[in-house]
Amino acid sequence: MRVLPCGDAAVLLDCEDALEARRWHAALRDHAPTLGANTVLLRGRPDQLRALISSTEVTDVDDVRGREVAVEVVYDGPDLADVARHCGLDVDEVVRRHTASPWTVGFAGFAPGFAYLTGGDPGLEVPRLDRPRPRVEAGSVGLAGAFSGIYPRSSPGGWQLIGRTDAPLWDLGREDPALLRLGDVVRFVAVDR
Amino acid sequence: MSLRVLEPGPLTLVQDQGRPGWADLGVGPSGAFDLQALRAANHLVGNPEDCAALEALGGGLALVATAPHVVAVAGAAGQVSVDGRPVGSGRVLSLRRGDVLRLGAPAVGMRWTVAVAGGFRPEPVLGSRSFDTMAALGPAPLSRGDELVVGRPHGPVSLETVPAYIAAGEVGVGVVLGPRDDWFTAQAISTLLSCPWRVDPVSDRIGVRLEGPSLDRARTGELESEPVVRGSIQVTSSGRPVVLGPDHPVTGGYPVIGVVVDTDALAQARPGDVVRFRRHRA
Repeated sequence: MRVLPCGDAAVLLDCEDALEARRWHAALRDHAPTLGANTVLLRGRPDQLRALISSTEVTDVDDVRGREVAVEVVYDGPDLADVARHCGLDVDEVVRRHTASPWTVGFAGFAPGFAYLTGGDPGLEVPRLDRPRPRVEAGSVGLAGAFSGIYPRSSPGGWQLIGRTDAPLWDLGREDPALLRLGDVVRFVAVDR
Repeated sequence: MSLRVLEPGPLTLVQDQGRPGWADLGVGPSGAFDLQALRAANHLVGNPEDCAALEALGGGLALVATAPHVVAVAGAAGQVSVDGRPVGSGRVLSLRRGDVLRLGAPAVGMRWTVAVAGGFRPEPVLGSRSFDTMAALGPAPLSRGDELVVGRPHGPVSLETVPAYIAAGEVGVGVVLGPRDDWFTAQAISTLLSCPWRVDPVSDRIGVRLEGPSLDRARTGELESEPVVRGSIQVTSSGRPVVLGPDHPVTGGYPVIGVVVDTDALAQARPGDVVRFRRHRA
């Protein structure tokens, strides 16, 4: 792990991989860290943060498993056929693999309630669209790189869309506005409509 | 106890110091773009620093007082009037019931900050009254006829005058290189720090886009999404820098060549203005 400068009020911990980043994120939980794919952002005075980091012991985080959340998906996305072609699979096999493996909320970002889901089937890795769509409907289920994700509200977006869900991803009326939180395990379930 | 919106101007938002601490839900900090103006305006009317104020883009905001109120206007510089009488910005103004406060087009700068004694009191969302333009969270942008509820005045007002601190045409900002300066060529770093950068008209609270020479990468490949902060200078795949504003996303996928340490001046930079970066050591 390397500590990189990030202005005069934060530092970025650049980790070897996602697991090391999660360990640092857990170890520094009391200091409101922000998790990225392989990085952790800590806010505060850089000299104090460097002292904090050097006195912090990183432990195992296998115990921070979150809840299990089932998400029903209608697999009829506009990019489903392209995803299948790119992965050398047929459409049914894409759906089978997307639903077969549990995904884990790796980190959040992009929009309120948007979770980057990691740990899925490596055979489903696809690039982002060359041209992002100006509008992606709320509830769209997409793939990008090794990640899967669900758009909590309509927005522009460059992920390849394979389906849609009615799951309420973001609701300020709930005590917990985000349906998916760090560490939660998501299982996609194929439904007809 | 309220101010009513006669004219909202092009875009007027309620802003306070923002909602830090919700990044794990994908919610960014947002908050006033010009934090110094927020502090100054709140100070003048006797408010604590964290009171919500209005951030008005350009001129055209007009508010009518439904009761006597004490207000202060800071940030941009230009003509401010009360019931048609020109008054100064950067100092306390008393409004009688029925008085109209009107903001002209800024002569210098882009964003006015209007504080009222007692603060604006829309319902907070996740602990803040800031509207986040990207996440669409917080009190909605002002519309004609809105009734802006005002809290009880806190403390004594200040009789100081706060000058607009902005310069016309060109702003200099300090930048700490990194976290991803090693993704760029030495030439790109030197270009960043030596060239005048022109503010692109499509700039907003999410990012201030800059026009200038292309900043070339020293390495190829994609960066995995990582957390970003206000002031991060992201360089897009076309080599153009974008300085992230208060409504930036929590994470970004473009490498950040450096971070601007104080973005207040960028809140006041107009399209076509020049931004110059100078090296700052954290």
